[in-house]
Amino acid sequence: MSESDLPISRETIRRVREDPHNLGHRPEGGEAPVAGTGHGTTGPAHKRIIVGYGFWLFLLSDIVMFSCFFAAFAVQRGATAGGPNITQIVEAPRVAMETGVLLLSSYTCGLSFAATNARNKLWTQIFLLATGLLGLAFVGMELQEFISLAQRGITPQRSGFLTAFYGLVGLHGLHVTVAGLWLLTMMAQVQVKGFRKEIVHRLICFNLFWHALDIVWVGVFTIVYLMGIHG
Amino acid sequence: MSDLDFDPHQYSGTAGDREDHAPGDEPEESAGHWISNSNLGLGFSVLLTAAAFWAAGTHLIWGPAVPVALIVLAIAQMGVHLVFFLHVTTGPDNTNNVLALAFGILVVFLIVAGSLWIMSNLQHNMMPMDANQMNQMQPQM
Repeated sequence: MSESDLPISRETIRRVREDPHNLGHRPEGGEAPVAGTGHGTTGPAHKRIIVGYGFWLFLLSDIVMFSCFFAAFAVQRGATAGGPNITQIVEAPRVAMETGVLLLSSYTCGLSFAATNARNKLWTQIFLLATGLLGLAFVGMELQEFISLAQRGITPQRSGFLTAFYGLVGLHGLHVTVAGLWLLTMMAQVQVKGFRKEIVHRLICFNLFWHALDIVWVGVFTIVYLMGIHG
Repeated sequence: MSDLDFDPHQYSGTAGDREDHAPGDEPEESAGHWISNSNLGLGFSVLLTAAAFWAAGTHLIWGPAVPVALIVLAIAQMGVHLVFFLHVTTGPDNTNNVLALAFGILVVFLIVAGSLWIMSNLQHNMMPMDANQMNQMQPQM
């Protein structure tokens, strides 16, 4: 009689329900393989995990692209060609506002996914809308910054440093803009199609994308702006 | 038991509909730990961001140490985001993601550090220019 023929105990059912991924934080967790992770002898991984993994690979490639822009900025940082340098174009209050808004949008995005897990359509939509509005505020502030700089004659073609600055910050802004369009389509899909499996998978991917953009912004406000304030 | 009639789902413990699922199914998750994760993530991020903005503007820290402090704070905040917002865990469903992340970090490091290294070396080896030659390289306004 093999081990799998034994009747499953109440204790095991409780353990699997409380800790489906067997994270190893519970002393009574045991070493039994957990289904759906794609490891051991429990068969293929859940589609949720495979979809998330695929999108994770895309995100990493996107971050590699960002790293090229970061490298270009770091190399070009001093190449001002007699024009304005980074310390002269940074406005600390605006950057602090942008950072706060984007961080809050990450928070509401996480809450929207909590509502998705509870299959609560209303709160999912409310938090997605809040995320979108905060993202819009972020893009608006960045656009305002670019316009006010351009009005002072500080344009990308002025120097290598400004090309790299507009390239890096603009690429991030473009990502947030595109993510905002994706967010609108997700709201429409949740409204019309409800929490079907593929819709939830898309919401997982959208969440990953939005949070990854916040991670990139951490790099931008540190490398570009705060080091610029410091001089 | 031969390999042919091996049923992997037997080993998952047949605990009702949660465990007895076809590929593509997933167990539903409760909202609770997502909310607490978001709260923790926001709390840590606010602290780290405030510390970074403070460090950039203060004169209390020795000047050359400020960039180092900023980079450390940024890396810490990226870690907070990864754990509390992107939910990168040590769980068995995450080992592939963690490996891919490690590879991504390696590539990012090679690109950024390699570019800075090569370009500073090039600049170091460049012929010194006088002011007149410099001016000829400026864009004509």
